[in-house]
Amino acid sequence: MTSLTLVRRIRARPSIVFDALTTPDGIAQWWGPDAGPVVLAETDVRIGGRFRVRFRMLDGTEHESVGEYLEIVEPMRLVMSWQWTNGGEPEEDGEVSRIEIDLKRIDSGTEITFTHGRLRTQASRSSHEQGWAAALDKLVRHFSTEHCA
Amino acid sequence: MTPEAPVVIVHYMVNYQERQLDRTFAALVDGTRRAILARLEREDSATVSELAKPFAIKLPAVMKHLDVLYDAGLISRSKAGRVVTVRIQPEPMRAAMVWLRRYERFWSKSLDRLAAYAERREGAATKKRR
Repeated sequence: MTSLTLVRRIRARPSIVFDALTTPDGIAQWWGPDAGPVVLAETDVRIGGRFRVRFRMLDGTEHESVGEYLEIVEPMRLVMSWQWTNGGEPEEDGEVSRIEIDLKRIDSGTEITFTHGRLRTQASRSSHEQGWAAALDKLVRHFSTEHCA
Repeated sequence: MTPEAPVVIVHYMVNYQERQLDRTFAALVDGTRRAILARLEREDSATVSELAKPFAIKLPAVMKHLDVLYDAGLISRSKAGRVVTVRIQPEPMRAAMVWLRRYERFWSKSLDRLAAYAERREGAATKKRR
């Protein structure tokens, strides 16, 4: 799995979801893997504009990511590049990945399809369709239960 | 030892892990190599000639794939006389999964919170309109 896709249904209209995705006030409310705060959010929502978001996790560590808006179709689609930075320095060998977000109007509100792609680009671009993630997952589960007890 | 030293070590380890991840993913790109790993996972160990049998490629080509897997730390080799036995080494794959899971957890938790926030705002907007 060199790209990760998540689909969620949200009981809110696409324009509200789009705002939450693109405004600093919105981003401050949800960005991050735990209840730790967003300490900085900057967005310049136009093609070529950049964003910067820094959050603190409950364990006290701070993480920052930056990127550039590549496609904007308000309120249906957002594409941006993505890079982790640490004190302004690129992490993960400066690798640039890509985030694609599609919002679809549905009766109950919005269906959001969120893809973080081009992870480990050079190594695995061609492997994406070959489904080795499932095989890998299976192997790892196997070993975590049997060989490495 | 100065207080800075541990930081340097951590950075070194991170870089080392990144390189290891690249090797792991590069090794797993190839279908033949994944098939070899899948078989080793089922059978615990196999000789090189046993591994070569199901493939329509020559032994040297299989050896080359085994070299890539070995260099990535995904298999071990042991030699007894002229027979080379191959075993799978799970640690690099586990590290790769941990890396992928980190992204999954990050976005899954974030989207849960995004949904909750957007739904609160939708509730407020609907109320205002009435």
